[in-house]
Amino acid sequence: MKYLNLFALLLVSIAIKAESVQMAETMRSDGKIYVVIAVLAIILLGLIVYLITIDRKLGKLEKEINN
Amino acid sequence: MRNWWKALAIILLLYTLIAGLLIPVPRQVILYESIRNLYFHVPMWFTMIFLFFMSVINSVKNLSSNNLTHDTKAKELVNAGIIFGVLGIITGSIWAKYTWGAWWVNDVKLNGSAITMLIYLAYVVLRGSLEDEQKRARISAVYNIFAFVLLLVFIGILPRVTDSLHPGNGGNPGFNNYDLDNNMKLVFYPAVLGWILLGWWIASIRVRISNLSQKLEA
Repeated sequence: MKYLNLFALLLVSIAIKAESVQMAETMRSDGKIYVVIAVLAIILLGLIVYLITIDRKLGKLEKEINN
Repeated sequence: MRNWWKALAIILLLYTLIAGLLIPVPRQVILYESIRNLYFHVPMWFTMIFLFFMSVINSVKNLSSNNLTHDTKAKELVNAGIIFGVLGIITGSIWAKYTWGAWWVNDVKLNGSAITMLIYLAYVVLRGSLEDEQKRARISAVYNIFAFVLLLVFIGILPRVTDSLHPGNGGNPGFNNYDLDNNMKLVFYPAVLGWILLGWWIASIRVRISNLSQKLEA
């Protein structure tokens, strides 16, 4: 319990510090456009990975049927 | 590395997305940041036209050889192309709303592309209505040639000879005249290639599925 309190105190102090101190945080700058890029990139990558798995599954099926 | 072009497609698309949103663009009133749509909306149409063009090549091959594999390719290239056309219409409509002020304007290029989509949807309907394989292949191949000629007329020629809101048509200069600066070309050309490769990839998967199901049916 003691350690938990200490940990909570640490977290709060870090949070307070983070609010007052401006760090070099790219994800918060320029109207947060980087966040949009991250989201879009994840969607694009997700769809591409999906396409790749479809491609692979199809390849396996082709092998099975052609043999 | 037989699949190098798929890797290239992924790299180009990721580059398009990141550079497309970050690289500085010309400052234009009305357009503002929406000018970046150029990297996404326009390649949809280029991809569609590329896929339809490859389809018509396969239709001609089918007519000259009577080989049904060309017919399968022609069919699936049209199917994949329609997806990109629909995406092109939807994205264009959103862009129009916030620059021209309406979801749809009675513009010759917009109506032309809508008619083109209907012509290609009719291709799918036509195929579905024919039972005999050989007959279906030949009739739809002839129709496909007819459809591609109409596409050239509706998207390529008519918008250029009449007035149009759409850039690149009528008295309205295209983006490449003064808006498309060197920065934008740096993203636009790779974007077009990337989207075309993605369309080709999707079409190739459709062709392979179609071949497999034909094999299973036989």
